[in-house]
Amino acid sequence: MDSVHDMGGMDGFGKVEKEPNEPAFHAPWEGRVLAMQRAMGYAGAWNTDMSRFAQERLPPSVYLSISYYKRWALAMEMNVVERGLAGADELAAGHALRPGKPLKRKLTSEVIANGFKRGSFARDTNRPALFKIGDRVRAKNIHPKTHTRLPRYVRGHVGEIVLLHGCHVFPDTVALGMENEDPQWLYTVRFDSRDLWGPDADPTVRISVDAFEPYLERA
Amino acid sequence: MQLRVRALETVLAEKGYLDPAALDQIIEAYETKIGPHNGARIVAKAWTDPAFKHRLLQDATEAVRALGHESRVGDHLTAVENTREVHNIVVCTLCSCYPWEMLGLPPVWYKSAPYRSRTVKDPRGVLADFGVTLPKDTEVRVWDSTAETRYLVLPMRPGGTEGWSEEKLAELVNRDSMIGTGLASQPGKAS
Repeated sequence: MDSVHDMGGMDGFGKVEKEPNEPAFHAPWEGRVLAMQRAMGYAGAWNTDMSRFAQERLPPSVYLSISYYKRWALAMEMNVVERGLAGADELAAGHALRPGKPLKRKLTSEVIANGFKRGSFARDTNRPALFKIGDRVRAKNIHPKTHTRLPRYVRGHVGEIVLLHGCHVFPDTVALGMENEDPQWLYTVRFDSRDLWGPDADPTVRISVDAFEPYLERA
Repeated sequence: MQLRVRALETVLAEKGYLDPAALDQIIEAYETKIGPHNGARIVAKAWTDPAFKHRLLQDATEAVRALGHESRVGDHLTAVENTREVHNIVVCTLCSCYPWEMLGLPPVWYKSAPYRSRTVKDPRGVLADFGVTLPKDTEVRVWDSTAETRYLVLPMRPGGTEGWSEEKLAELVNRDSMIGTGLASQPGKAS
């Protein structure tokens, strides 16, 4: 969806400010949010793209005005309620009022190492890739109302395939249902800065995105 | 926010979905164990072992896995090399994708609107915010991590480090140099 999370190329946000001696967390609750996200992911409660999609659905003014971990927390509440894992009344009460739903598994101390493993998103396929390294491709001018990983700033522009990563779970569909993996070929497409930002752009700059095959057409 | 998050955790724990003791362990690991030293070790090895560097640039996932890391740190990892001719810089414009297993938790600036918005349009301006100026003719390659691939920048080895051990070199490899917003530290100025 076309919202403010898709920030590439926007002006007006100012300088990048580096915080000296930045701690891992700025408040204890931030660590709890991160750890809960890991634990619920391990349990199969929702996936990464559902978490991202929930954040993208926050009202733009909210998204821009709250901290990173607060965004995570609000998105987690959305997923908990939308996926029927707890009711809004229970979150408000701060206690479970009904029994839980069965989940695939649970992250406990015995299996804690699994909480740090990144899932693999690659999938086998016998479908041949449509494009090869060196091909010129255009990022489609598409504007899905749901989750997508094709940023607006490349849509409609032509670039070159520079890497082929294999077949990966398709975020656009898996964000809408755990079972909708619909694996797609994944490429890195490199663009010239002048094609994206006009003739006055710095000619030494190249920008690449990782793009799934359904995002691309032959140029 | 503290109370709201505690309410969420209490509900999820009472429902049987999560174990608060496991959450403690995750937090502790991110505070004490998982940090840029993981990536620094990889970079220092690449600086001293040409065969490893070759494997890393060909297939970072396999190269890192072969080092026998405890978890599958390198899934879908791509390493990109900085040289005099090409400077690489990594961003995630859509959220905050970052090679956690290599670099630990991303700093706030990496997840901030200024970094996410400007890096793809004005990378030299962003580099200036970090005090980095590149030669005018160096090609700047911006990698927007829009999928589950993760990018690790292999910074240039600083001069004056001939004959240094991997361990000593690793001290020069700071986090920002592996994102591409910085350069490796000069000898005598390790950060």
